[in-house]
Amino acid sequence: MKHMWKAVVAAAALAASAGLAEAAGELNIYNWGDYTNPELLKKFEAEHGVKVTVTDYDSNDTALAKVRAGGHGFDIVVPSANYIPIWVKEGLLLEARPDQMENFKNVDKRWVDVPWDPGRHYSVPWQWGFSGIGVNTSVYDGDINTSAIFLDPPAELVNKINVEPEMTDVMFATIKYLGGDWCTEDRELLKKVRDKLVEAKTKWLAMDYSVTEKLPRGDYSAVYYWNGAIMRSRLANPDIKFGFPKEGFPIFMDSVAILKDAKNPENAKLFMNFIMDPENAALISAHAKYANGIAGSEQYMPPEMKDAPELVIPAEYEDAGEFLEQCSPEVSQLYTRIWTEVSK
Amino acid sequence: MAREPELAARQAHRAEIRSRWLLSAPALIIIFVAAVGPLFVMLAYSVMVRGDYGDVRFGEFSSEGWFNVFFQRDIFDDTITYADAHLSIFWRSIRLSLITTVSTLILGFPTAYFIATRPRHTREVWVFLITIPFWTNLLIRTFAMQEVIRNEGVVNTLLQALGVIDQPIQILYTDWAILFGMVYVYLPLMVLPLYASMERLDFRLVEAGYDLYAGRFAVLRRIILPLVKPGLVAGSILVFIPSLGAYVTPRVLGGGKNMMLGNLIELQFGAGRNWPLGAALSITLMVIVMVALLFYVRNASRSGATGHG
Amino acid sequence: MARYFDVKRQTGFATIAIVTFVLLYLPIAILVIYAFNEGESLANWEGFSLRWFVAAANNDAVKQAAWRSLVIAAFAATFATIAATMAALATTRTRRYRGLTFKYAMINQPLMVPEIVTAVALLIVFSQVKVWTGYSGLGYLILAHTAFCIPFAYLPVRARLENMDLALESAAADLYATPWKTFRRITLPLLQPGIVAGFMLAFVISLDDVVITEFVKSGGQDTLPTYMLGQLRRVITPEVNAIATLFLALSVLIVTAFFFINRQKA
Repeated sequence: MKHMWKAVVAAAALAASAGLAEAAGELNIYNWGDYTNPELLKKFEAEHGVKVTVTDYDSNDTALAKVRAGGHGFDIVVPSANYIPIWVKEGLLLEARPDQMENFKNVDKRWVDVPWDPGRHYSVPWQWGFSGIGVNTSVYDGDINTSAIFLDPPAELVNKINVEPEMTDVMFATIKYLGGDWCTEDRELLKKVRDKLVEAKTKWLAMDYSVTEKLPRGDYSAVYYWNGAIMRSRLANPDIKFGFPKEGFPIFMDSVAILKDAKNPENAKLFMNFIMDPENAALISAHAKYANGIAGSEQYMPPEMKDAPELVIPAEYEDAGEFLEQCSPEVSQLYTRIWTEVSK
Repeated sequence: MAREPELAARQAHRAEIRSRWLLSAPALIIIFVAAVGPLFVMLAYSVMVRGDYGDVRFGEFSSEGWFNVFFQRDIFDDTITYADAHLSIFWRSIRLSLITTVSTLILGFPTAYFIATRPRHTREVWVFLITIPFWTNLLIRTFAMQEVIRNEGVVNTLLQALGVIDQPIQILYTDWAILFGMVYVYLPLMVLPLYASMERLDFRLVEAGYDLYAGRFAVLRRIILPLVKPGLVAGSILVFIPSLGAYVTPRVLGGGKNMMLGNLIELQFGAGRNWPLGAALSITLMVIVMVALLFYVRNASRSGATGHG
Repeated sequence: MARYFDVKRQTGFATIAIVTFVLLYLPIAILVIYAFNEGESLANWEGFSLRWFVAAANNDAVKQAAWRSLVIAAFAATFATIAATMAALATTRTRRYRGLTFKYAMINQPLMVPEIVTAVALLIVFSQVKVWTGYSGLGYLILAHTAFCIPFAYLPVRARLENMDLALESAAADLYATPWKTFRRITLPLLQPGIVAGFMLAFVISLDDVVITEFVKSGGQDTLPTYMLGQLRRVITPEVNAIATLFLALSVLIVTAFFFINRQKA
């Protein structure tokens, strides 16, 4: 009994001190799960002698809630484009001026003057992609460049469709499909949106994240999902084809930013500069299979990514792709209510 | 003369109560700090104005959160109706949790009884076997369940091989999947407390029952059941409540198409950015649970008294 | 004709018990088998391989997260079991007294609240404390886990106490054993199955927790569940199975050791 107590006390002391052991030469990254290539971190650690820790989150809102509450201990966060204005507005980000960093010249021109961070004073590109249609063409070989695949599915696909469980992306596709614009307050149209979603949902099988294994093996025959995952499905099953919804599809870009109350801002800046190097950016993409926004990184990418049709938006569909801005609080509330009704 | 022993007894009683408070102090303090206290914060949040991007505007009060739990303004013409989306999610959750509890009981009671009637030295091994699946993380067990019930999974393959069905049945992404998942995940929570009380069962009482020509079922119902009631109540509580707030299982096995209460609340704190509504929904859920608990406890203490009397 | 009449037998119970065990183990078995799959799939068997174990073993994030889960669970379950056993002794085998109902309500409170509520409430409160004290270690997670583990440890102990025979204890008291001695020699051994069950439940509940941990954790404090939750959004490979298998093996090892040590003492 006594021995046990000694062990418990010793271990308690150890655990308590573990939290205090925050020495110099550290970097705490708060990023999406399975989104950070360990090799990238090893390389950074070796080059700069900094110990890197990555903590995962699973949604923009979780990350925002956590950081805003304070006492989090993170240096770097990777929010999606439409969330960056919130982070800036709430005063959570450090104006790190990556646009003045040495490697900034590598950033692809189209990702410099972005609406959510004009001129890139706060953030640098991490990865970008978009939602689109993935179809198993052995089941259905009609036109797949349309949201009708999941909103008015052909008979072959009924009850074999998976839709990403992301409120904004699905709402966006539906609003566009019915001829509206993002953040619309048009009640007539929104009513149609709700009715369309309620009706379409009865023809879906799931709203799940497990596309990369279930699409290739035939559990799903069609998906509305992110392009990287559909590319991976195609590599596993060549029958899978990617479609760009001509009515409109959402583009995302997650960007690296430094927190205002970061404990290691200098290391964080080093990291920012580090990932704008094409060779390092290619490492990011090699892991999660999305494009990165750094010019010249293609040559370092794994061969299957170099000419993947899923990663490039063809000219004819460029106008259909859209970055989703933050709607006003009233409109978001309206959308949440529609979503709740759809998911009941 | 009669007064002194009475006084001494009262003092002893007071000392006993004091020591009982001391004994329970650590548990009470920990729970207050890390569970009850923060809940008052939650209650406060439910009556505040929602922040634009989550959180609340501290100090600004509003009844909007509570209003939205039960009523809604129509998206269309602003008429006020019952929030049937919320109500149907409440009902779904309660129904599924009740069925889960009953199912774990149907499987768990005989299992606990089986274990409790093994020879003393093998009982612990059986208990050990019950807990092992539990040593795997909830998420993983849910994924494992998914592999069993999917179209090409063991269940469908077996049924097809036996000729029971010719087409695979769609179980995954239905309410059945959620049910199977929750039963699977929470089953040990039913078996363990049931076993703990059955293990102490005095079988001489059972024998007496048979001596009085009671049938096996009568013995089970009239003798065994009342004696193991504390374990039964504990097990039901342990299963019912986490089922009601389940989040992972409906999301993974239900395919995320149909929400349960846990998902609805998470939506308000997450992408919905309506913390006051989320807080109000949570408190509503707590009230449902408390009513159920009160019912349980009442029931248990009533029949407990007759059982031991 | 002189067939032995077993009073303990109930028709069909053994069958149901066996079915239960099969149901409990089938998914686990499939999980473990696919950890050895050569291919990337969780569904199609493509031959035996240890590649996912190698991948998991080389994944520092996984190793750290797994270790952290175990540390938190061990502390939380220990503290919770001690607190819960004391509380159970204080709330059973007594006449009603003022505050008894209050104690029941308090102890069971973590069961009544959906995790997400406690999680957000804890986030608000703890992050403020983190700012004030500057301490952001594992203590918060251990405290939060201990709180919601207490009712799980309490229920089996209490169930056990309520069914306990008082005769032995009063016999000991009659033989002039001190209350402490009575407790150590009589009550505690009788109570042990309840305590063990309580500890195991608490340990497992702590190990399983996703939502509260997700909200309370500070930087670099991912546990295995929150790590895997992060992976939910991406792709699930048999590496997850491999991790689960290793974790399972490790846990079984610990429990087995615990089991045998306990036996030796008895």
